[in-house]
Amino acid sequence: MSEPARASQRGAAPSGLTSDERQRGARREDGASKRPGGERGPEKGPLLEVRDLVVHHGQLRALNAISLRVFPGEVYAIIGANGAGKSTLLRTIAGLHRPTTGSVLFDGKDVTSLRPERRATQGMVMVPEGRRLFGSLSVEENLQVGATYARPGPWTIELVYQMFGWMRERRNQLTAQLSGGEQQTLAIGRALVANPRVLLLDELSLGLAPVVVQRIYGMLPQILAAGLTVLLVEQDVSQALRVASHIHCLLEGQTTLESRPADVTADQVEAAYFGLAGTTMSGSEQ
Amino acid sequence: MAWVNAIIQGVLTGGLYALFACGLSLMFGVMKVVNLAHGDLAVVAGYVAIGVIAVTHIPVLWSFLIVVPVMALLGYVLQRTMIQSALDRSVLTTLMVTFGLSVVIENGLLQFFTANSRAIGTGLPLVSGSFKLGSQIQIGYLLVVVFAVAVVVLLGLQYFLSTSKYGRLIRAVADDREAAQLAGADYRHVFGIAAALAFGTVALAGIAYGMYSQLQPTTGTDTILLFAFAAVVIGGLGSLWGTLLGGVVLGVAQQIGAQINISNEVLAGYIVFLAVLVLRPQGLITRRAQS
Repeated sequence: MSEPARASQRGAAPSGLTSDERQRGARREDGASKRPGGERGPEKGPLLEVRDLVVHHGQLRALNAISLRVFPGEVYAIIGANGAGKSTLLRTIAGLHRPTTGSVLFDGKDVTSLRPERRATQGMVMVPEGRRLFGSLSVEENLQVGATYARPGPWTIELVYQMFGWMRERRNQLTAQLSGGEQQTLAIGRALVANPRVLLLDELSLGLAPVVVQRIYGMLPQILAAGLTVLLVEQDVSQALRVASHIHCLLEGQTTLESRPADVTADQVEAAYFGLAGTTMSGSEQ
Repeated sequence: MAWVNAIIQGVLTGGLYALFACGLSLMFGVMKVVNLAHGDLAVVAGYVAIGVIAVTHIPVLWSFLIVVPVMALLGYVLQRTMIQSALDRSVLTTLMVTFGLSVVIENGLLQFFTANSRAIGTGLPLVSGSFKLGSQIQIGYLLVVVFAVAVVVLLGLQYFLSTSKYGRLIRAVADDREAAQLAGADYRHVFGIAAALAFGTVALAGIAYGMYSQLQPTTGTDTILLFAFAAVVIGGLGSLWGTLLGGVVLGVAQQIGAQINISNEVLAGYIVFLAVLVLRPQGLITRRAQS
């Protein structure tokens, strides 16, 4: 266990689903298992790539040389404890923070200096933490704002209404009248109608009852079926492991684990999550 | 009867004050900018109208067809340049920048147009004419028209904000700028459009005041801006219809004060203004609750 978990997982090439066969691995890996070997998506380049990203909050170094590659069709989950830098990473990818150094590439193009609204119109759409709905707008108007600068694509307000019947019935209500789960669903709907290529989901589970979280994550397959790629940040590790095709664990702004969920044990994830001795790169903890 | 007259005159003057105030309220509601040059820009619009009428000989009443678009364009440009760069620093910086703009405009007007007062459309039947209600109440046509214009402007603004694409974006950006960016909206552009709307109403206010009274380089700060502030605060910050209510309350208070003693006119307005600040600081109409 002296070797960093990250190194042991990154280049390894276990094809197919591995021995320990946890159900969470078996359920959603068909997409990933089509791709041969440990290198994902060999014929296509990554849709979204982050290279050596360093981000500061004032004096504090929030992210330290983070790199990641998200391939088309993947559900890429960034996990980590509070303050690990997950949301900062996602917000930097969306353009809401400027990185100190490093770059963000979308579909092969450097978007590091693009404003968030330009990234959104190119197909990187984020569902921000805490929903951030427009409080003085109705349900329908929230969707209309999301669709204002939409790229061409399958998602329309009508389609969102078909998926969530209650939304049509309550389209003239203010968002404050919705429950937390409904608000989160509306926030996702608002992002979907922009027809993103990559959907960035920031802490969907925050402040929601577990059963509601289950239901919201239950929508992911439908969303993926429309050809989306998802990059999500999640504090709830078991939830992330259940839905993700790739996980990336952060601890205090550093990468501690990067792997397919099927290829790691619960202990390894736990060690990477909490930074237990022997698994972090520096060993400086404890 | 004199009291009824005072109230009627006050209500009608409230329409003029609402025209002063709605642009100020809109800019504060959307971008949290308190535009201290608001009144001076109205005076500029009045001077532009005088110039346009002199040069093109278009009928006085139609001068707004030129002045409103010109001011709206100026609003967009000022917002995208000076005001936005001040906003990027802090909201407080916008106070200083618009105050500076106010000083520059006033002194520029003094320099180029002297301190003489100017009026728009003197001698027109609409401007000087009036009709009688009963034996003691005399109502000027102009105030009735201005009141109607104010109502139409507020209805138009409300219609635009609630139904149009950009109206929706303006409200969305006012609610949550960052979330609007994530939806692909360039909030700077949306701010520019809101400023263009506000400056369009400022143009109407300047023309209306030039007909109602006289414009001097200092009218912008010593009359228009102060009355606009009072109307906005009385009515409720960020509420469009609140500006009409605030304008009417201010106008009625002034007329009643004048009825008691002519020198009390302005004082009475500010006493009501202070009373509202103390007793109901959120204004008479509060904005819809937000989540």
